[in-house]
Amino acid sequence: MADRQYELVYILPPDTTEAQVTELHQQVEAVVSRMHGQIEKTENWGRKKLAYEIGHQKEGVYVLDVINGNGELMKELDRRLRVMDQVIRHMVVRVDEEKKVVERTRTKRQSESERRRVKRGLPPTRQPGEGRSQEIDDVEDDRFDGVEV
Amino acid sequence: MPFGQGRSGGGGGGGRGRGGDKKPGDKEKGQRRTLFRRRKVCKFCADKIDDINYKDVKLIGPFVPERGKILPRRISGTCAMHQRKLQTAIKRARQIALIPYVTD
Repeated sequence: MADRQYELVYILPPDTTEAQVTELHQQVEAVVSRMHGQIEKTENWGRKKLAYEIGHQKEGVYVLDVINGNGELMKELDRRLRVMDQVIRHMVVRVDEEKKVVERTRTKRQSESERRRVKRGLPPTRQPGEGRSQEIDDVEDDRFDGVEV
Repeated sequence: MPFGQGRSGGGGGGGRGRGGDKKPGDKEKGQRRTLFRRRKVCKFCADKIDDINYKDVKLIGPFVPERGKILPRRISGTCAMHQRKLQTAIKRARQIALIPYVTD
């Protein structure tokens, strides 16, 4: 079975040191490699303010992992992260299918516009200085002003 | 004459000038609303944004007003498909505390 792609985000308390972050990351990595998955990339977003308090914390260290693997792996990872008390919040999201859809719409749009342009007797891609110049954009920003929900 | 040009001038009517020549009390009875409204366009369709990602707070932010609720479609003008995608993105962002559930 082809591997699925997941994104794992977890939040650590703001007072965690670099060493602790890497240690936890190694733990995650160990689980992933043991269950025949692989980590595609890791991003450390650093300390961010939380939108709401989680366990009396107002800030947190965010870490994002993009993991290729199967569902069993993520289940195990999810279970482990839930038990760890140094992780204050985590979330697993499956992303491969959405990515595929995005890719498809993008290529479709591109090929469609190329086809139209060729039909009009233009070169398939937009030339510099062609078409209308950039429209005024900031008009859009005030459209939610004064809106009561 | 280029396409699409003719339409825009129409419905706007008298802009904000409502009073003036109209008698008071004729607000119903088939009268078109004279209040000018910009036609709402889906931001994601207009800007050709395919991917509404929960990590992109800057993109989602304007659709979560002060109170923390999701801005309804009738106000933002987002199309149905993108509103659905936006909804999941906002809900995911809430889970990892990028966006509040409620604020008061």
